[in-house]
Amino acid sequence: MASSVTEIRRGLAAGEFSSFEITQDYLARIAQHNPALNCFISVTEEVALAQARAADAALAQGDAGALTGVPLAHKDLFCTDGVKTSCGSRMLDNFIAPYDAAVIENFLRDGAVMLGKTNMDEFAMGSSNENSWYGSVANPWNSAHVPGGSSGGSAAAVAAGLAPGATGTDTGGSIRQPAALCGVTGIKPTYGRVSRYGMIAYGSSLDQGGPFARSAEDCALLLQTMSGFDRRDSTSAEQAVPDYCGALGRGIEGLKIGLPKEYFAEGLDDRIATVIEAAVAELRKLGAEIRDISLPNTGLSIPTYYVIAMAECSSNLSRFDGVRFGYRCDNPVDLEDLYKRSRGEGFGAEVKRRIMIGTYALSAGYYDAYYLKAQQLRRMIKQDFQQAFDSVDLILGPTTPETAFKLGAKTDDPVSMYLQDIYTISLNLAGLPGMSLPAGFIDGLPVGMQLIGNYFDEAGLLNAAYSYQQVSDWHLQVPEAFQ
Amino acid sequence: MSEWESVIGLEIHAQLATRSKIFSGASTAFGAAPNTQACAVDLGLPGVLPVLNRETVTMAIRFGAAIDAEIDHHSVFARKNYFYPDLPKGYQISQYELPIVGKGHVFISPAEGELKEVGITRAHLEEDAGKSIHDQFPEQSAIDLNRAGTPLLEIVSEPDMRSAKEAVAYARKIHSLVRYLEICDGNMQEGSFRCDANVSVRRKGEQKLGTRAELKNINSFRFLERAINIEIERQIDLIEEGGSVVQETRLYDSERDETRSMRSKEEANDYRYFPDPDLLPVAITDEDIARIRASLPELPEQKKQRYIDELGLSDYNAELLTANRETAFYFETALAEIPTQNAQLANWILGDLTGALNKANLEISDSPISPQMLAQLISRISDDTISGKIAKEVFEAMWQGEGSADEIIEARGLKQITDSGAIESLIDAVIAANPEQVEQYRAGKDKVLGFFVGQVMKQSQGKANPGQVNAILREKLKP
Repeated sequence: MASSVTEIRRGLAAGEFSSFEITQDYLARIAQHNPALNCFISVTEEVALAQARAADAALAQGDAGALTGVPLAHKDLFCTDGVKTSCGSRMLDNFIAPYDAAVIENFLRDGAVMLGKTNMDEFAMGSSNENSWYGSVANPWNSAHVPGGSSGGSAAAVAAGLAPGATGTDTGGSIRQPAALCGVTGIKPTYGRVSRYGMIAYGSSLDQGGPFARSAEDCALLLQTMSGFDRRDSTSAEQAVPDYCGALGRGIEGLKIGLPKEYFAEGLDDRIATVIEAAVAELRKLGAEIRDISLPNTGLSIPTYYVIAMAECSSNLSRFDGVRFGYRCDNPVDLEDLYKRSRGEGFGAEVKRRIMIGTYALSAGYYDAYYLKAQQLRRMIKQDFQQAFDSVDLILGPTTPETAFKLGAKTDDPVSMYLQDIYTISLNLAGLPGMSLPAGFIDGLPVGMQLIGNYFDEAGLLNAAYSYQQVSDWHLQVPEAFQ
Repeated sequence: MSEWESVIGLEIHAQLATRSKIFSGASTAFGAAPNTQACAVDLGLPGVLPVLNRETVTMAIRFGAAIDAEIDHHSVFARKNYFYPDLPKGYQISQYELPIVGKGHVFISPAEGELKEVGITRAHLEEDAGKSIHDQFPEQSAIDLNRAGTPLLEIVSEPDMRSAKEAVAYARKIHSLVRYLEICDGNMQEGSFRCDANVSVRRKGEQKLGTRAELKNINSFRFLERAINIEIERQIDLIEEGGSVVQETRLYDSERDETRSMRSKEEANDYRYFPDPDLLPVAITDEDIARIRASLPELPEQKKQRYIDELGLSDYNAELLTANRETAFYFETALAEIPTQNAQLANWILGDLTGALNKANLEISDSPISPQMLAQLISRISDDTISGKIAKEVFEAMWQGEGSADEIIEARGLKQITDSGAIESLIDAVIAANPEQVEQYRAGKDKVLGFFVGQVMKQSQGKANPGQVNAILREKLKP
């Protein structure tokens, strides 16, 4: 069975199989494996098959778009017209979105087929997918381990071959960290590259959508469709989207890659350091110039991030009040009771924790000490990167400090959980693009390598990742149970 | 009473006259069926984002230019967080630091000949909330989100007013200004122009401000004056009885004619303002400001000065004619027809017409007598077709809808008699019938002339030209 977006496109174009057939194959795999993995919150079989038939008709008429007939899965945070959009929360368990997110519209425009909506940490808050109202997701490489989060369902679905590609969102690492833990390729583009319209907000100044797939080449295809200016999102960038696939294969001869010393310091599993050093050696062989650099404010990124993300989410999640949509408690006695119980019962513990911390950070008398200070630090973190990019083209390091941890290992220790995002979070604060790609294994669990690019240099990132994937086969590995 | 001084500042919410909402494309038209003018953005559905209607920024800058305010190149929208069922997102998009319009001022004229400057602290853009309706369904509240997202300009004054009368003069000034600028329809009944008043009192000579109460729910200028006056009395009574004013929001109840506590400072929300990450800062260039400034219409102050300088109107009449845009428009439309008769026109508008409008509770823009009709009436006086007295009758008939001045004069046969032969024969008859009065006049009692004029006018049913009647009478009565 064809397992990558690139192969599926080629096979469809060559008439080797129909979209209907390949969609049925994926639906069958989902039916077989999802009960154990729990990647999907909703499987949209009818929608998928109808879209596949329409895709086949378009292919027959020579009227195919960039992704016509390619089945994909979407994180259950993108609004999908007429389909439940839960955001992994009891709060939206009954919410049928009445419109499509911009990203979904783009995929429809280009002919893609929707297999279903994937599991995630509630409202994208988490690094293990254990915060979902719909239960945790198993890592396809070892079902006792987490897939990472918050886009855990999407990453695991691609790793297990339940979809050749999937969408995710990344506020502090929610694409890159699960990509690393599940051994797939994922990219978080520059803030503003992909429209946020119809993406249920967590931290509005940090959220950005992006794809997961099996390779950089597949990611380039999916990102091409997702990207572009959208006047419905005021933070969307009015900038031309380059041809990402066309930028692949130009090699990395002379490319200057910086290794931030802070990303290899205490807290990093030595074995991961070894894996990354091996990958760096490969890149050097390909002609890259490797330099040591410093991002001195890296240590400030986690506290800075959590103040800003929590402040924004405390406000973003106010609309879930039991009045117009979503969960409403039984028999409220008055307005206050309606608010308190609807929100108390509708949100899970981590969401409530973040709303409360964010509310505190914005409160009168604390605003300057927390929110305003965090904004100052955010500028300093951004300046670190800007200075670094004066001397290098790309920055490289590990995606995570350790491989996928065991289910339940960190659920009682939120700070340790937050530290999972130490290498990913600062990019969201700076608004920079980053990607994670497989670079090796430790004890049968994948290791992710992170590449960080300058603003709107997704093409440079994808090209470097593609070059590495031409000389490595880590991204081609498939967990035994899903071969 | 006289040892007390009241200090008043106003917060005015002017609904901007855009066709669509401030952050969505939904219509702002008033009176549609509930929830039919609320789109996904207004409903605050998950995933939606606001997009600024740039027209609202232009309107805010128009206002800023008209009050001579500082306008920054950089302005920021902020979220004001609080829960309420008619506030769909759980926050209102408003401005906190960096409003569009900074410090400015206007001049008010609380009484004839008085001029006072009132400072304006700031004016910022924000979205309106929806409406909660508590009296339509038993034991349930209904929510209409048509109004949610309607653009508002909140205009905050300095605490510069010292009486309810000054506060009303200021509110009227702003009301006039926003209508001149065509940025707000000013309809207070529909809530397009709302005033909240911050009221405090202190002993005269005291520098420190007293504790203030904020009065809300005031929907007419009359109620504004009333609400402030009873609040001032309440505060003075309270302090004189040994109590103290608490900082709170008070609701004005026009039916009971009282203010009552809505919420105290302790119950007030901590709004947790922070810059809205969904909206970029608004960039305003010098060119934008210059272009908008150049597009401003003639403003009331400039108009008034022109009426005085070029038309020779009195300060008082010029002030009244320019106090609102519609009156000035009426005046100028009529003046175009009779360019030399501005004084007569001003008197008719400010006298008979204003009287009739007030009696019928009509706005001048709804006057049954159009500016053209009034101009024709005045020109019929000046060309001696009718007398000033007959003109009052014609005015009344025009008001009743009987047609134009010419039509009424024709239909009622009111054309003035200017044929001296006809007037002479009328006079001859009157002289013949009143020999006694003729004797008195000829004996030196000049006052009797009035009697003869009256008699002749009566005989002519008021149509004889009074000037001619006078002249011919004097001639004929000569001893």
